[in-house]
Amino acid sequence: MRSRFPRLLALAAFWLLAAVGCQKTQDAVPVIKVGEFGSLTGSTATFGISTQRGIDMAVEDLNAAGGIRGRKVQMIVEDDQGKPEEAATVAQKLINQNGVVAMLGEVASSRSLAAAPICQGAGIPMITPASTNPKVTEVGDYIFRVCFIDPDQGRVVAQFAFNTVGARTAAILTDVKNDYSVGLASFFEERFVQLGGTIATKESYTEGDIDFKAQLTAIRAKKPDVLFIPGYYTEVGLIGRQAQELGLTAKLLGCDGWDSPKLLEIAQGSLEGFYFTNHYSVSDPNPAVRQFVERYRELYGETPDAMAVLGYDAANVLFDAMKRAPSLQGAAIRDAIAQTKDFPGVTGTITINERRDAEKPMVVLQVRGDSLVVVEKIAPA
Amino acid sequence: MQEFAQQLLNGLSWGSIYALIALGYTMVYGVLRFINFAHGDVYMVGAFLAYYIAHAVGAGSHPSVAAAALVLLGSMVGCAILGVIIERAAYRPLRRQPRLTVLITAIGVSLLLENAGQLVFGADPKFFPQFIPGRNLSVGGVVVTSHQIVILGVSLLLMAGLHTFVMKTKTGMALRAVSFHREAASLMGIPTDRIISITFAVGSALAAAAGVLVGLSNPKIDPLMGLLPGLKAFVAAVLGGIGNIPGAMIGGLILGVAEVLVSGYISSTLRDAIAFGILIVILLTRPTGLLGRGQVEKV
Amino acid sequence: MSGARRAWMAVERFATASLVGRLAALAVTIAVLVVLDRALSRLLNPYVFRILMLCGINIVLAVSLNLINGFTGQFSIGHAGFMAIGGYAAAAMTTYWGPAALKAFAAVGLAGGIGTSMLFVLALLFGGLLAAAAGLLVGIPSLRLRGDYLAIVTLGFGEIIRVVILNLDFLGGARGFPGIPRYTNFFWVAFSGVVVVLVVRNLVSSAYGLAFRMVRDDETAAAAMGVDTTRFKVMAFVIGAFFAGIAGALFGHYLIYLHTNSFTFMKSFEIVIMVVLGGMGSIIGSVIAAILLTILPELLRSVQQYRMVFYSALLIVLMLTRPQGLFGSGTPFGLGRLWSKRREVRRAA
Repeated sequence: MRSRFPRLLALAAFWLLAAVGCQKTQDAVPVIKVGEFGSLTGSTATFGISTQRGIDMAVEDLNAAGGIRGRKVQMIVEDDQGKPEEAATVAQKLINQNGVVAMLGEVASSRSLAAAPICQGAGIPMITPASTNPKVTEVGDYIFRVCFIDPDQGRVVAQFAFNTVGARTAAILTDVKNDYSVGLASFFEERFVQLGGTIATKESYTEGDIDFKAQLTAIRAKKPDVLFIPGYYTEVGLIGRQAQELGLTAKLLGCDGWDSPKLLEIAQGSLEGFYFTNHYSVSDPNPAVRQFVERYRELYGETPDAMAVLGYDAANVLFDAMKRAPSLQGAAIRDAIAQTKDFPGVTGTITINERRDAEKPMVVLQVRGDSLVVVEKIAPA
Repeated sequence: MQEFAQQLLNGLSWGSIYALIALGYTMVYGVLRFINFAHGDVYMVGAFLAYYIAHAVGAGSHPSVAAAALVLLGSMVGCAILGVIIERAAYRPLRRQPRLTVLITAIGVSLLLENAGQLVFGADPKFFPQFIPGRNLSVGGVVVTSHQIVILGVSLLLMAGLHTFVMKTKTGMALRAVSFHREAASLMGIPTDRIISITFAVGSALAAAAGVLVGLSNPKIDPLMGLLPGLKAFVAAVLGGIGNIPGAMIGGLILGVAEVLVSGYISSTLRDAIAFGILIVILLTRPTGLLGRGQVEKV
Repeated sequence: MSGARRAWMAVERFATASLVGRLAALAVTIAVLVVLDRALSRLLNPYVFRILMLCGINIVLAVSLNLINGFTGQFSIGHAGFMAIGGYAAAAMTTYWGPAALKAFAAVGLAGGIGTSMLFVLALLFGGLLAAAAGLLVGIPSLRLRGDYLAIVTLGFGEIIRVVILNLDFLGGARGFPGIPRYTNFFWVAFSGVVVVLVVRNLVSSAYGLAFRMVRDDETAAAAMGVDTTRFKVMAFVIGAFFAGIAGALFGHYLIYLHTNSFTFMKSFEIVIMVVLGGMGSIIGSVIAAILLTILPELLRSVQQYRMVFYSALLIVLMLTRPQGLFGSGTPFGLGRLWSKRREVRRAA
């Protein structure tokens, strides 16, 4: 008995391994499996969960309307816990264990960059709803996105700041651990300086911080015309409050990471009159937008944020391509996605360009009371 | 000069948050000599309890002194119970085990609270109801908010109360005895298990108070909010001399000011590194902390 | 049991008795691993193969941490920091100097597979050595610190490493480090695993091993007996960090992308949990625990939201019911003695 235990354990380990290897997934019903990976737990879980909700809605719509050539779509969702290596593992699992024909995945560029080589290698098309780093789609011809890329959005914010707001000096407050934030900040800076503006100061914070007064006081002393905060609403709400408390005179500018009902709830009026770029406005009277927003509220009891609506659009772009594709082979779906032109998404009319990025209009929203008003529309470059 | 005064004030108000969390830390460490990794997560639970109580009594829309007191007390009592349960279930059975075993268990409790928190409370950040309305005062361009004053005031009050409790009451005396030498205290007829439970209750209630006050001044709470402040509060406790109540307060304030001055004048990317930098320096040069008394390792 | 054991002991004696035996053992190991490398990568489902590779990398991490935490009784929760240093250093080497180095190797006749293998070995060693240097840096404060203080310092160190990497533009900062060549294969992972197990095993079963354990069991007594406790603590940190660096290098060249989010203190905790589950001071325990804890989360995927809750509850229950881990401080490869009831109770003095 004494010496048997380790053997038993080794045996158990063997069977565990075997069990992983042999999980056969056989279905009599001809559903089409599509994989999704996102951070459902971990520090960025709120973004992953929103994305999943949007995708769920798109799948529901599709299946209610009869699916793809009579076959229903089944999403297989995996949690990557917000870790790049887990994203790679789950992508591999979805492809080789579950046999998915296409992949929707991940908000954060870091996780998309870890998983993309696997989808590319296996010839499975992948659409990321919200990874903005240009490098993501450079991985290969199977990787697409439906959001803006950092250079485009950074440029638009800089031009808006310089031309419309009339700013000549700007400060930047970056989330130093966030690839999206760092990327946007550098492209904003590049364009703003090119236009003839000067960057007064660059400060940084970290995701999860709740006190920004040290940075804001330093910024206040430089008296910039505008303060650009490329970041997520999770922190921006508090930054807005503290900027107001300190009596910062600069106008705050932001990006699509700001888009969430929580932003105004947390900021409590401190962002009044400030601007951020986005894909669309929740209060857009366009029936497609209205229908999506109303249904989302009905299902989840809150207004959708940017991640939810991008997840919805990413799924719809994929399903549209799958309907058009002659077969459900990876290459066929890939070609169909690449041909996407003027697709009517909630976040605007989407055209996939030759770099596999989305070309779609951008809007600049202004915070006015409880609503966000479109003050400028920018057609795709 | 005005900027410096403002930064100093920012540092003090930020430091008082660390001080509040560190008070509970230092108490538990003083008695049990182990880092209760879960302390930062009890602070998170405190904030969420207050969030739900405030919504239940409608304190956010109708601020009143009674409602604010109810929220604060409710959250403190809830966390005191949680603290006692954690101690009973996870730490007490390990009393005779090596300290590292207890430390690993504490990490386990911390992970459990965080992950269960994400499931129960949801992963998205919540807006903390403002049951004490905030006001700004400007003195020569230096801005003070009423919440900052409340935090500093309450932490001083709690520190004084805690100091009196530990130094002037019978339970406090027993607590000091247990912290000095547990076996000897037990031989003298002190119910050590009960004293340790009380320590956890008080420490956790203090964490809850910190959670409520931080929620008021920085009204965004999420299930992972206790992670980093918990660790940094430990640094503050070590800095001031672990187990020493005024030390925790001073340590917290120094740490807050240091972080703010570094991010304001050197580079804000170094902010998270500075706390651990201070910790390493203090442990290498004066391991007992600023106010701590030296201890001889007994064989 | 006894027959197999006797045969194994005979093989072991031959393989360790002479230089010829050792070289033969090395050659056989390499040959077996090369064959396995070819076979497994073709036969296995890529997903299962990926899990197998992650098991291997985790074995290197867990066994190396066991030297610090299990055998020497220090408490490091900054292993992911060493891993990050090794991963980034090796990736920078193969990405920035790789093409030039490969050209140079080709010029002296080492083209193709041999050239890349040479480059990768150099990168692994470079990553390992840089991590070891960092281990020295952390080992030195550990001279004065004990238990939980050291734990917090190592944790802080791991975070500082992340802050430093985030500020280094040539390592990609917050945007990550893409485009690393895929050099890691089964052979290198398995070979590193074998090497770390052998090194740690030989180290702890030598006279050094006694010193390590004395430092763990009673540092004051060890010092009184003339053991240079400082030296052994630092040595444990340096060697442990070296292999963590190698594991990081393997990890980076497998994922072909590095981001600091892979090296948070959650990663360090995971490695600690492997060591604790397997038993502090049991090499075979660390190996098995590393495999179990790599596979278990995969099996729990169906309940993904509850996975971490389950994981943390498991850790607490394990500590409450079997704090010495599954294998106690079992003697490495003494399979018969693994299941010993001996408890390591170290009372605080």
